[in-house]
Amino acid sequence: MKNLIKQVFHSPKFVVGFVIFIVIFFMIIFYPLFIKADPLDMVGGLFNKPGTYVAVKDVVQTDEYTLKINTALARLKSISIADKQSMVDWLIKFGNVKKTEVDIDEVATLVDLWQKNYSSKVVQKGLLAAEKMNYVRLNNKINQLINSGDVYIATKDKDGVLSSTKPLDPQAFVNTKDIVNKKTFILGTDNFGRDVLTELVAAMGTSLKIGLVAGTIATLFGLVLGLLAGYVGGTLDDFIMFVTNIFTVIPSFILLVLISFSVGESARGVMLTAAIIGFTSWPWTTRSVRSQVISLRNRNHVNLSKLSGHSLPRIILTDILPYVASYVVMAFILQISSGILAEAQLSMIGLGPATTKVSTLGLMLNWAMAYKAPLTGSWWAFLPVILAITLISFSLNLMNTGLDQVFNPQLRD
Amino acid sequence: MGKIMLEVNNLNTKYITRSREGIFAVNDVSLKVEEGKSLGIAGESGCGKSTLALSMMGYYLSPLHYISGDIIIDGKNISGMKPEDIRKNILGNEISYIPQAAMNALNPTQKIISLIEDVIHAHNPKAAIKDIHDLARERFELLGLPPEVLKKHAVELSGGMKQRTVIAISTILSPKVLIADEPSSALDVTSQKMVIKMLRSLMEKGLIKSMVFITHELPLLYNVTDDIMVMYAGQIVEKGTAKEMVFDSMHPYSKGLMGSIIVPEAGIRNKKLSVIPGTPPNLKHPPDGCRFAERCKYVKPECTLTNVATKVFGNDRMYRCIYSIEQLKEVYADE
Amino acid sequence: MNKEKLSPCLSGRGVTKIFGSSKIKTVAVDHIDFDFYKGEVISIVGESGSGKTTLAQMLLGLISVTEGEIGFEGARRNISSRKNKKEYWRGIQAVFQDPFASFNMFYKVDSVLLDCVNMRDGKHLAKEKKIELITEACKFVNLKFAELTNKYPFELSGGQMQRLMIARIFLLKPKILIADEPTSMVDACSRATILDMLLKLRDENNMTIIFITHDIGLAYYVSDNVYIMEHGKFVEHGSADEVICDPKEDYTKRLIGDVPKIYEKWDLTTVG
Repeated sequence: MKNLIKQVFHSPKFVVGFVIFIVIFFMIIFYPLFIKADPLDMVGGLFNKPGTYVAVKDVVQTDEYTLKINTALARLKSISIADKQSMVDWLIKFGNVKKTEVDIDEVATLVDLWQKNYSSKVVQKGLLAAEKMNYVRLNNKINQLINSGDVYIATKDKDGVLSSTKPLDPQAFVNTKDIVNKKTFILGTDNFGRDVLTELVAAMGTSLKIGLVAGTIATLFGLVLGLLAGYVGGTLDDFIMFVTNIFTVIPSFILLVLISFSVGESARGVMLTAAIIGFTSWPWTTRSVRSQVISLRNRNHVNLSKLSGHSLPRIILTDILPYVASYVVMAFILQISSGILAEAQLSMIGLGPATTKVSTLGLMLNWAMAYKAPLTGSWWAFLPVILAITLISFSLNLMNTGLDQVFNPQLRD
Repeated sequence: MGKIMLEVNNLNTKYITRSREGIFAVNDVSLKVEEGKSLGIAGESGCGKSTLALSMMGYYLSPLHYISGDIIIDGKNISGMKPEDIRKNILGNEISYIPQAAMNALNPTQKIISLIEDVIHAHNPKAAIKDIHDLARERFELLGLPPEVLKKHAVELSGGMKQRTVIAISTILSPKVLIADEPSSALDVTSQKMVIKMLRSLMEKGLIKSMVFITHELPLLYNVTDDIMVMYAGQIVEKGTAKEMVFDSMHPYSKGLMGSIIVPEAGIRNKKLSVIPGTPPNLKHPPDGCRFAERCKYVKPECTLTNVATKVFGNDRMYRCIYSIEQLKEVYADE
Repeated sequence: MNKEKLSPCLSGRGVTKIFGSSKIKTVAVDHIDFDFYKGEVISIVGESGSGKTTLAQMLLGLISVTEGEIGFEGARRNISSRKNKKEYWRGIQAVFQDPFASFNMFYKVDSVLLDCVNMRDGKHLAKEKKIELITEACKFVNLKFAELTNKYPFELSGGQMQRLMIARIFLLKPKILIADEPTSMVDACSRATILDMLLKLRDENNMTIIFITHDIGLAYYVSDNVYIMEHGKFVEHGSADEVICDPKEDYTKRLIGDVPKIYEKWDLTTVG
């Protein structure tokens, strides 16, 4: 037994999978201890980008520091490459600027050239009206960047008139540490305005719980049925196989959908979803355990036990079960993985647990899709979730392959 | 003394396990097989006879590693050759090997004739298909196999037929040496007899020039091979002609082995079968001195001190024991 | 040989075993009759597929009999209930071919022997007495129980495990022992030991031994009576000398002729 455990932890695949899984597991356990925010709290707005959000009022009312930094140049740097390319193209085609005089990397000189040479009134041969408008808009944008006139802050007096106006110095900076009201969204917010990272960690925990419960139910059920069907045989075997075949023929996903739908939204909690998933994925385990037991029951050590007068439960527990144990452990890991995926599938089509009470990985994806996050480019709302699902499944499957190689030496490379 | 087809001199090979331990499977083995003769290698499971068979081909697959010694096939020393050269030039046409349960090695998706085409094309890519088919048919008839088998798949054949087919395919290029490792063990007695008949036929018709037959069943060797060699714990302990070995062996182990033969012949019911207690030594740490000493009835203190070299006596007979022939004869006479 | 010819300890009339359902039937054992007497050593010789293993399992009561009757100690065998089966297994036991497959590899070897003591009404005995009985049984097979205790099967050699199986029989002292190829997976040099031990058990307890084997030489060496089995039927039976030295049936003649000989010349011209 000890030797077996040593071998398992020497298997590279198992160790890699195990490490990934443990990292995820610890993250799920320790993150809430440090960040005590409620994952379902709708703090932000619709798909806020990841970053640190600072209260503007605080900024304006805090100590200013003057830094000798050319803020205008930094603003120029915010011009996108596509816009810069457009400028270069226009200047070469219509602005009488030679290619050698233009350098797309030198923003300041480029903008300078643009200012000198651009005019919407120049004959732009071959351009559509819409394209000409694009250039006008681009020109306006550039003008706004460089000609930022002064910005003023003011207070309202008792009559509602603005007074004590003060211009903002373009080179005035504040220290973010002085600002009390700031919020960092490492992964931005989802459509509800929830912090994606906090929600994600909670969702991973919930999904893992569902996977574990579903996996346990499926494996236990499958194991008991498989043992009975395989060892006792006869009518019991026929009956169990009949039921198993029915469950196999109906696609488990359809079954899941039907049961989830009929249970109704209000009753669907986390545990119920896990139970539903568990009770629709046992056929596979039953089949495999049964076939192993059938080949085991004719072995001589079983015959010897019979000849020694052992009872049926004793034979199943001591002579059959240990021999299928390694297989059952592997099946269990795979069931957890498929349980998590099944929940994700269910939740994505809206048949999982209610989202106001809990968040799961599938639910996060569901809402991201519903609010068209991919279209709006809000990658933070769905990519981290996909990555989380992938990593969890991957680590479990990797552990499984590692275990397989330990238990079946002929599979070793 | 005819031309020597296979000569092995002081061959040493070992297995290296995953934990980098060495198992000294073949130790200081020397043997000679002449043209037209066959050698039987007998021993119990774990003595190294299958490893010796693999080692003699010169084709070493990890974890088996060559350490030292010569293997000379018809004058050509193959011990230093690269695996690619051995595969191309030696295997199949100079020396051919039939492993245990070889009948399971037949590709179930191909017809037998196409397997033969593969074998011949591997050595002679330009061979014409028609010539191959003619050769195959001719060979099968010569060996008493029905030519219809050529068009069948392996699954359609019985165990005995499969094994004979494998032997026919392995010898299609008329190799100089055929090494057969337990070619008939998994078969019923009738198929076994057919396999034995076929092997003898191959020798008699000159389709193979010499043969090495490996098995743990001694009555088979007595009826098939000219000479018998007994192996124990990776070493040769005795060698002689079949008749000498079965009826008049000298080494205590071979004597014990021969004394445990059971045949359905009159008189066997009164025979007292020999018993050798204990088990063979662990080849990871082979004992000093004689490897059989711990189980030998006649062990002396000197037996465990030094390694025992092989001694030659009589007509090219060889044995490995610290006792002289006269001393052994005396000891046996006392019993 | 002094046999109690009054009634056979194990007999069969029309014993048949058919596997499979109506469409695909395999007749493994085909209406055979036999009478085995107390203290006899019998060999049932057959090639693979002859049905000898199926017959052994039926005799042991491990699989059901499709047709026919088996008689045990003069009366019709009754193994309908679990209680009856347990009672039957006090009288008949087995030694199997593969010693490694006969042991549960997850449990220590002690448990097997302890079971035997309990089976022989030894449950109530003191622990020391149980160990004494087990040590005595191991001594019979040249094993030291003190060295074996707390060992797992994979720590022992094949020969040691097969001898433990025989120690088990020594403890159980059944009336009938079915030995299914007990020496085929054992080294040639240890074969004689196993056979000797089994024969000693027969001598001391007047135990009937039924060898199941494909090795006709072994059958001739060790048995009083030999039964030749082919395709589920007994084609010939008689005393060992009768069947081997003077076979009457063609199948028996072929079976003997196909085995390599040493003292006589082995005729290779007749095959199949």
